Amino acid sequence: MSQRSEAFEPDTTPDSPELGLLGWLRWTWRQLTSMRTALILLLLLAAAAIPGSLYPQRSADPNGVTTYFQGNPELAKILDWFQLFDVYSSVWFSAIYILLFVSLIGCVVPRTRVHYRAMRSQPGEVPAKLTRFPGYKKTATDASTKAILDAAEATLAEQGYRLVRRKDSISAERGYLRETGNLVFHFALIGVLIAAGIGGGFSYNGQRVLVEGEVFVNNLASYDSFAPGVFFDETQLKPFSVALDKFEVSFDLKNSTNIGTPLDFRAYVSSKLSGDANASSAVIRVNEPLELPGANVYLTGNGYAPVITFTDADGQISFSGPVVFLPQDANYTSLGVVKLPDSKPKQFGVLAFFYPTKQQLKTGAFTSIYPDPIDPLLSMNLYVGDLGLNDGSPENVFSLNTHGLNQVAGGKSGTKAVKLVIGQTVKLPKGLGSVTFNGLKRYASLDIAYNPAELWILLFALLALGGLGVSLTVPRRRVWVRKFEGGFEVAALAHNDDPRLPTLVDDFVAAIAPKKGRKK
Amino acid sequence: MTSVSLNLPLAQLSLVAVFAAMAIYTLSFLVFVWHLTSIASEDKAASAKSANLQKFGYGLLVLAVFVHGIGVVTRGIAASRVPWANMYEFSVSGSFILVAIFVFAWRVRDIRIIATFVTGFALLVLGTATNIFYVQVKTLMPALQSYWLVIHVTVAVLATAFFNIAAALSVAYLLKTSAYVEKSQSKVVGFARRVLAAFPEQQRLERLQVRFNSIGLVLWSFTLIAGAIWAQRAWHRYWGWDTKEVWTFIIWTLYAGYFHATSTRGWTGKRAAWLSLVGFTAIIFNFTIVNLFFKGLHVYSGL
Repeated sequence: MSQRSEAFEPDTTPDSPELGLLGWLRWTWRQLTSMRTALILLLLLAAAAIPGSLYPQRSADPNGVTTYFQGNPELAKILDWFQLFDVYSSVWFSAIYILLFVSLIGCVVPRTRVHYRAMRSQPGEVPAKLTRFPGYKKTATDASTKAILDAAEATLAEQGYRLVRRKDSISAERGYLRETGNLVFHFALIGVLIAAGIGGGFSYNGQRVLVEGEVFVNNLASYDSFAPGVFFDETQLKPFSVALDKFEVSFDLKNSTNIGTPLDFRAYVSSKLSGDANASSAVIRVNEPLELPGANVYLTGNGYAPVITFTDADGQISFSGPVVFLPQDANYTSLGVVKLPDSKPKQFGVLAFFYPTKQQLKTGAFTSIYPDPIDPLLSMNLYVGDLGLNDGSPENVFSLNTHGLNQVAGGKSGTKAVKLVIGQTVKLPKGLGSVTFNGLKRYASLDIAYNPAELWILLFALLALGGLGVSLTVPRRRVWVRKFEGGFEVAALAHNDDPRLPTLVDDFVAAIAPKKGRKK
Repeated sequence: MTSVSLNLPLAQLSLVAVFAAMAIYTLSFLVFVWHLTSIASEDKAASAKSANLQKFGYGLLVLAVFVHGIGVVTRGIAASRVPWANMYEFSVSGSFILVAIFVFAWRVRDIRIIATFVTGFALLVLGTATNIFYVQVKTLMPALQSYWLVIHVTVAVLATAFFNIAAALSVAYLLKTSAYVEKSQSKVVGFARRVLAAFPEQQRLERLQVRFNSIGLVLWSFTLIAGAIWAQRAWHRYWGWDTKEVWTFIIWTLYAGYFHATSTRGWTGKRAAWLSLVGFTAIIFNFTIVNLFFKGLHVYSGL
């Protein structure tokens, strides 16, 4: 599929108008495996990849897709029909790369055969007319045939040529590695594709938010979200556990241009390979996952989890524990939701804001001015009404659908938002009970991922790189030497036009011509 | 990394060095333009002097790249890390490497003629960097704290530089083979024709183009692999069709297409040269539009 010189390319235009079915198939196959088709398919593939960067993709950015559907429901439906939110698994994208790989296989397999034969056979006869080649030189000498050919043979062998010496001539060729590299490159690409396909099938990755003090046990129920490959089997999950002992963040307080910039995130964890095994401690950082048998654990996010307790009007605790708040800006102004379906006298929902280092704006609203909890404040808006949790349908724990609910604190409700500092207990309006801000914890978002083929993909990719490098740098050349009465002639041909050929021939002639025979 | 000291005065010095380098590049650029006009001149005396002009321009270029290098190094020392963590730094370091490679490639006589293009392009990049992309020196966000930042980005910059020089050669090739340039009666085009006559012959331009693009493609493939290894460490997957990954793939595919074109009947020459330009346009698009306006994981423009 690549670098084949023009002269070797089979003529793709059939001569006969009467083809028949077999003929047509052969013709189609030849078209498909031609370099031109490969070229067109490559350009098509490049063009087809573009929409995937313009529209959010379900694989990379599922939230983006949801937002797109909310913003432009009609257009989104049409785009979805064209699989523009799943470009890289779409029918049309797959069709192009499958055709490309079929074309590739159809091209490199026969080429391998040809190359194998060429490697095992000797360089061919010396062409009758050497003057037509780009590098050519004729030199007069009275040296013997043996002397000239001996010298030529020695020089060519030294330069790595394979050669055949005949009665009064030598044919030599070098640079077989060029085609070898080229074929290795193309086969390695097939290897990458196969390894990626199989590896993807057996891979899985899941997400879990872990608050300080919590333990993750590797089974399906422990994941917040889980994406398995098509061949995934639950028995693949190795029974390890990971406990988040402590989460630390270093923010810059020293450099004026950099205040509040995160310098380091550290998740201190203890992991166990089975229930009764000894725990071993480790630190997970952004670029330093924890490697466990059968999966790696990655740090992908972090935030605050204020510990909150709600007590209802009857004095019953309706909620108590850490609540995961999602950071909204670089200073960790964070948003959290608590739903209290069992609170008496009536159920309500809480939309809460957390400010690690609070500052009041002129408008009266709060914001956070530094990401560490120097002066933390928790502020809550309350919504009374049916939370819709009783019908059992899955719902997002990070959002509160306020439609149909009655806001009783914060915003335009007429009652101020409930504000708390750490350790404070505040009575809720409308006799809803009370709330306590018990303390503050941090949480880590962890990704647990496994792909058995990674090493294979890397190996094939490096093989492809090596093959590409060799095929683009090793020159392929042929040299012929012919002795005749009173002199000798040398010709050279390169695979691609090589500007150095004439110089090469000059140097070669200088090397083999006997000193006394050279013209002044 | 729990604490870093940024050296702000040194960062200021770095900016001064970059501005000084821009001034010298401007002079060098003007001298190279003058050189081009003088070789096109019908006046024999002016034409004879042109070789000296080119030498003078090269001297200025070496000086500029030296001062530019000081700007790059001091920025790195000021930040206690490699100086390519945001678009400003990427532009300044990238244009430095481009010109440095060109200064080394000066040994290839036929390359010298595109000096005007290379200095002009470096100036354009530096102008954009200092005016639009400039950010004060900052620490590395945790996601970028990896030795892969050194490997992945260095090789990407190198690849870009080689593609860039190849693109300049493609432009020269296309102008030289253009029927319009050859036939037009206009005075301006006539002048351009005389300038182009000083350029290497078509075949030579084509071969140089293939050479630079092939080095570029090998480096770009390495960039892609190194990026995948880093992504596996940082984001739990080696490939996830993030916008930046998509464009790296597109660029790779375009150049793969280019190399097939160079050995496909009917596609060598002009069409291949156009493909080389399309590939380079995609690189520029990837660096500017994709960085600034596309949503993705590679958020490091610093703007």
